[in-house]
Amino acid sequence: MRRIVITGMGAVTPVGNNVEEFRTAIFSGKNGIAPITKFDASEMKSQVAGEVKNFDANAILGKAVARKIDPFTQFALVASREAMEQSGLAGTMESDRIGVCFGSGIGGINTLCTDHKNLLEKGARKVSPYFVPKMIYNIAAGNIAIEFKANGPCVAVSTACATGTTAIGEGYRTILHGYADAMICGGAESGIEPLTIAGFANCQALSNSNDPETACCPFDKNRSGFVMAEGAGVVVLEEYEHAVARGAKILAEVVGYGSTCDAHHVTAPDPDATYVTKAILEAYQGLGDIDLSEVYFNAHGTSTPLNDKTETTAIKKAFGEDAKKLHISSTKSMTGHMLGATGTVEAIACILAMQENTVPPTIHYAEPDPELDLDYTPNVAVKTPINGAISSNLGFGGHNAVIALKKI
Amino acid sequence: MVKEEIINMLAEATDKDAAEIEMETTFADLGIDSLDMTEMAMDLEDKFGIEFTPSPEINTVGKLVEAVEKLVAEA
Repeated sequence: MRRIVITGMGAVTPVGNNVEEFRTAIFSGKNGIAPITKFDASEMKSQVAGEVKNFDANAILGKAVARKIDPFTQFALVASREAMEQSGLAGTMESDRIGVCFGSGIGGINTLCTDHKNLLEKGARKVSPYFVPKMIYNIAAGNIAIEFKANGPCVAVSTACATGTTAIGEGYRTILHGYADAMICGGAESGIEPLTIAGFANCQALSNSNDPETACCPFDKNRSGFVMAEGAGVVVLEEYEHAVARGAKILAEVVGYGSTCDAHHVTAPDPDATYVTKAILEAYQGLGDIDLSEVYFNAHGTSTPLNDKTETTAIKKAFGEDAKKLHISSTKSMTGHMLGATGTVEAIACILAMQENTVPPTIHYAEPDPELDLDYTPNVAVKTPINGAISSNLGFGGHNAVIALKKI
Repeated sequence: MVKEEIINMLAEATDKDAAEIEMETTFADLGIDSLDMTEMAMDLEDKFGIEFTPSPEINTVGKLVEAVEKLVAEA
């Protein structure tokens, strides 16, 4: 049985534009949520977001590249460069043995909004020839393959908020079953637009609070919805023997993946949480020999009333009384919800938690919800041995994706 | 004026120095493909109030300048 390890990681997030900045931020409980600056949000119900800061795409990527790709692909390219540089894989293997599994929840919505406006205001002749190749959600995957000359399997996945986890899971299976020896996996999102904020607000998914210090408060009694955010996360997965043979630094092992669907409702989770539980248990199999007191559970923890309740139900169903031993937190309390990027960024948080033997906190936790009685690591990071980690992400459409990682 | 405008547009689009772009330079040399060309045509239409459809024969900076100058004169 092939083993799969992670040899590179890269991140662009509301709390840091690379993995080292992200590391410092999540253990110190930095809040990346602030009033929206991308547009005038004064007419919006929801006026706060987790925006990526100080990201000058023209300076980083060059104008010639940056102008031809949507912001979600800009984030994707920057994070994949960081991950590939750390892995040291570029140019070391047959190009058709390295592939890409990369997604987005929405894709190039910024491009869509701009060119739709062009169509309505200026006519069909003024729709950019780059509209389609900037907007389609698989194009980040395509651009990453071009950047690193990856001729192996290249697929885009979209499972809404679970995308970044699904991408890792499906990439893991691609290597497991021998279709590639390395996969560049992840997700990217840049969807903070008036259209999306209005849409998510009207489907009652967003927080009622416009105070950056209370808007996103996962597992808290007063949680009222999620906070939109943006960014990208990338991990380089590699077959274990391949990584060892070339002397690569191994960051963690991927030991399990659970993928199920509620098949219940387009936006609401199934309150029984039967299939979230199944996904958690499937992923957890690979961690079976590690005591739950040494496992970090990075929860989806969106701060919506239903998600945090259902997820708690699932964790309890999966682990019974032992659920209380788990170190749980939601790093979305700091980053906001990066939608399609979030799963991969949170897998990185899991790796960092194992490296530092520290659990990143759930910040903005003020009032316990009597129904949610697990250890959510409130407000302050906790130093404790962490030898395994689980990352769970659940998406509109009922998608449940869970991965398990192990220290190596 | 058309010439300067086109050279500046190409320099901006390709991250190159305007001084490097000459009339004989081909779009292939500049890494300008048919999508870039269509986008540039849209900008030229806005700037000069013309209607311009690129064609494969217009493959150097000089030929583009010439084509646009002709349309501007006719406009």
